Amino acid sequence: MNTSTLTSPASTSHYPSAGVAQAIETHTLSVIVDNEPGVLARVIGLFSGRGYNIESLTVSETEHQKHLSRITIVTRGTPMVIEQIMNQLDRMVPVHRVVDMTVSARSIERELAMVKVRGKGEHRVEALRLADAFRARVIDATVESFVFEITGAADKIDQFVSLMLPLGLVEVSRTGIVAIARGPDGM
Amino acid sequence: MSKEMTGAEMIIQALIDQGVEHIFGYPGGAVLPIYDALFHQQQVQHILVRHEQGAVHAAEGYARSTGKVGCVLVTSGPGATNAVTGLADAMCDSIPIVCITGQVPTHLIGNDAFQECDTVGITRPCTKYNYLVKSIEDLPRVLHEAFHVASTGRPGPVVIDVPKDIQFASGTYTRPKTFAHRGYVPKLKGDPARIEEAVALMRHAKRPVFYTGGGVINSGRKATELLRELVRATGFPITSTLMGLGAYPASDPQWLGMLGMHGTYEANFAMHECDLMICIGARFDDRITGRLDAFSPGSRKIHVDIDPSSINKNVKVDVPILGDCTQVLEEMLRLWKAQPGDSHGPAHKSWWKKIELWRARKSLAYKPSTDLIKPQYAIQRLYELTKDRDTYITTEVGQHQMWAAQFYGFEEPNRWMTSGGLGTMGYGLPAAVGVQLAHPGSLVIDIAGEASVQMTMQEMATAAQYRLPIKIFILNNQYMGMVRQWQELLHGGRYSQSYSEALPDFVKLAEAYHGVGIRCEKPGDLDDAIREMITVDKPVLFDCVVDPSENCFPMIPSGRAHNEMILGDAAEKLDEAITEEGKMLV
Repeated sequence: MNTSTLTSPASTSHYPSAGVAQAIETHTLSVIVDNEPGVLARVIGLFSGRGYNIESLTVSETEHQKHLSRITIVTRGTPMVIEQIMNQLDRMVPVHRVVDMTVSARSIERELAMVKVRGKGEHRVEALRLADAFRARVIDATVESFVFEITGAADKIDQFVSLMLPLGLVEVSRTGIVAIARGPDGM
Repeated sequence: MSKEMTGAEMIIQALIDQGVEHIFGYPGGAVLPIYDALFHQQQVQHILVRHEQGAVHAAEGYARSTGKVGCVLVTSGPGATNAVTGLADAMCDSIPIVCITGQVPTHLIGNDAFQECDTVGITRPCTKYNYLVKSIEDLPRVLHEAFHVASTGRPGPVVIDVPKDIQFASGTYTRPKTFAHRGYVPKLKGDPARIEEAVALMRHAKRPVFYTGGGVINSGRKATELLRELVRATGFPITSTLMGLGAYPASDPQWLGMLGMHGTYEANFAMHECDLMICIGARFDDRITGRLDAFSPGSRKIHVDIDPSSINKNVKVDVPILGDCTQVLEEMLRLWKAQPGDSHGPAHKSWWKKIELWRARKSLAYKPSTDLIKPQYAIQRLYELTKDRDTYITTEVGQHQMWAAQFYGFEEPNRWMTSGGLGTMGYGLPAAVGVQLAHPGSLVIDIAGEASVQMTMQEMATAAQYRLPIKIFILNNQYMGMVRQWQELLHGGRYSQSYSEALPDFVKLAEAYHGVGIRCEKPGDLDDAIREMITVDKPVLFDCVVDPSENCFPMIPSGRAHNEMILGDAAEKLDEAITEEGKMLV
C-alpha cells in the first residue's frame, strides 16, 4: 500500500553517479594519541561525524610515563576514503602518529575472546575437544559450563564461536583487534 | 615572569601577554570572576555584544581583517550554545578564534546544574581543539597553547572551558616559553622534490590556470605578494574561490573572476579545459567542482595545502604539496625565475585567445532597468563610489553575497569578510562591528539581504554603543533571494515560506538603534543616497529596494559540470537545465 504521495517513482534513482567505483577494502590503523580526557570521543566523533565505518576499536594506555595511548581501529572504505581517514586522524591535535598496518603487510593482528558454553554429557566433551584443537584455555568451569579463553586472528575466533553455537554457546566477549608490525622497528 | 594570581586574573594576563586589545563577549553567572578581573584593568577592551553568536562573528571579522586571533568571552550553558554557530563558521572558514567559556564549578559538572551544558562535548566537532580546565596549574599553559593552536597550521577556533572554581582558585602564572602541544606540529615547508616536479609541469603546460583560495590570505600578506609575483612571472590566468578574493587584484588582466557555482564563464571554462591546474590554498569544495566525475577532465593537478586532509579528499591530484603557501610559493618562484618556462609561446597565445572568447561572452551581464534598481547595478555603483576609499566589505549569505563577489572588485587581501563554508545568514553585521573596531577610520560596509540581516540585527546596538559607523547596505528584494531562486529553478516556482513578510521599516529601525536610515527605490537616486551613506558618521541601515525577481547568474546547477553553466540571457530554458539528480543536491 502506498501511503505517501511525496515519494518519487522507484524506477529512477535521484542520487548522482558515484563516479569511478573503487573497491572497498578493510584496513587496520594504529593511532598513537595523548591519553587525555576526551581523546577517544574525538576519534569516535570523527568517524561518526564523517560517516566512516568502525568494525573494531581497541584502546589502552601503552606508555604510562609519556601518557600515550594506542588505538587500533579496523575500518572499511575505498583507498581514497582510507587515505582521508588517516589524514583526518593525523591532523587532530592530540594525535601523534597514524600507521596503516594493512598497507605495511608485515603486521600481526590478534584478538582475544572469552567464550561461555553451557552443556552436559557429549556436548561438554566435544566442546573441550574443540577447544583443545583451537588452543583455547579453560579459565572457568562449573559442572555444567566452561569459559574458554581464545587468542588469534579474528576469523579463527569467528570459527571457534560458530562451532560452539550448537554445543551450548551462552555468550562471547571479544577485545577487538590489536596489531603490531613485525621486525625490530617500532611505529 | 612568575606571579601569584587567581584563575580569572591569569586569563586577563594571558590575553595581555598575547597582545589582545579587544575581546567580544557577554557576561553571565559562570564568568563573573573574569568580568571582575576585566574591570580592574585597562589594557584589554571588552566589547559587549547583544548575542553570543554576534560575539564570535565580530571576532571573526576582527581576525580576518587584521590577521590576528579574534577573542571571545561567554558564559556557560546558553552562552556557549549561542556561540556554537560562530564557532562552526570559523571552523569552516579556518579563522583563528580563542573562545573562553565559563563553566559551572568543577564539583557540579555532570549534575545538570543551572546553566550547565557539556560545552567541550558540544563544541568538539566545530572547533580545531578544545579544553576543559580542571586544575589551576594547567590554566596558564592551556591559555597560551590555545592561541598557538588557533593561529598556526590551518587556523581555526579553540574553546577553553573554565569552571568557576578554577577562576577563583589561586596559582602561579608563568608565560610558557614553548606551548606546542606534543602531538601538534604543523608542516610548513613543502617537499622540495614535489615543488620541483610542480614547477617542471608549469614550465611545460600549454593551458595552465591558477586556482587559489582562502589559504593564501590566511598564510599572510607575504603569500599574497609572492602569488602576485608568480602569476605575473608565469603569465598564467588566475581564478579564485569566494574565500580567496583579494589575494590577486580584480583589475588585473590575468584575473578571470571568481569560479564555481556562481563564478564567471571564463573562470569555469578555463578550469574545465586547462591541462594544468595549480591549486593553492583551496580545497575543491562542492561549490567549486560541480559534478565531480566531470571536473576538469583533461588536466594534471597540483595542490598546495597546509592541511593533509584537504588533499585528495574530493579530487585526486597528481602533485600534492603539503606546506604553508608562503614557503611553497617562495620556492616555486625561485625555481621559476632560475629557469622560466616559455609562457609566451604559440600555445599560450592560443590559450589566452580562447579565454578572451569566453570572457567576451560577458557572463555577468544583466538587463538594466531605469525604474527598478537591479541588485547588480546597486553593487556596481557601491563599488564605483567606494573603491578609492579605504573600504572593507562584509556580507550576509545569499544572492546579495554572490552579487557582491561578482561585482565588487577586490584589489587587496583581508578586505572581504564573508561566510563561505558554513554559509551563515547573519554573519555580516556583527563581522562589520569587528572590522570597524579594528579599523576605526575605515569605511566598513556590510552588503546584506533583508532576510539575513534580521538574524543578528540586535548588534546595531553594539555598533551604536561603541560609535562604530558601520554601513549596512541592504539589497531588499523582499525574499530570501537564493531560496526563492532555487524554488523557481527546482520546485516549480512554489515559493514556500521564502517571502519576507511583515518587514520592518528599516529607516525607523535604524533610528530606533540611534543610527541613520536611508531608503532608496529608484536607480536615479542611488548615487546620491550612497554618497550620503558614506558621509554619515553613524551606523546606517541603507534600505536599497531592488528588483524582487532578479536571479543570480551565471550558475552551475547542482550535479552539472563547469561547461554546463546557465547564463542569465539563456535562462529561459531553466527546466531542462537541472537534472533529477541535481535536484537532490544542495
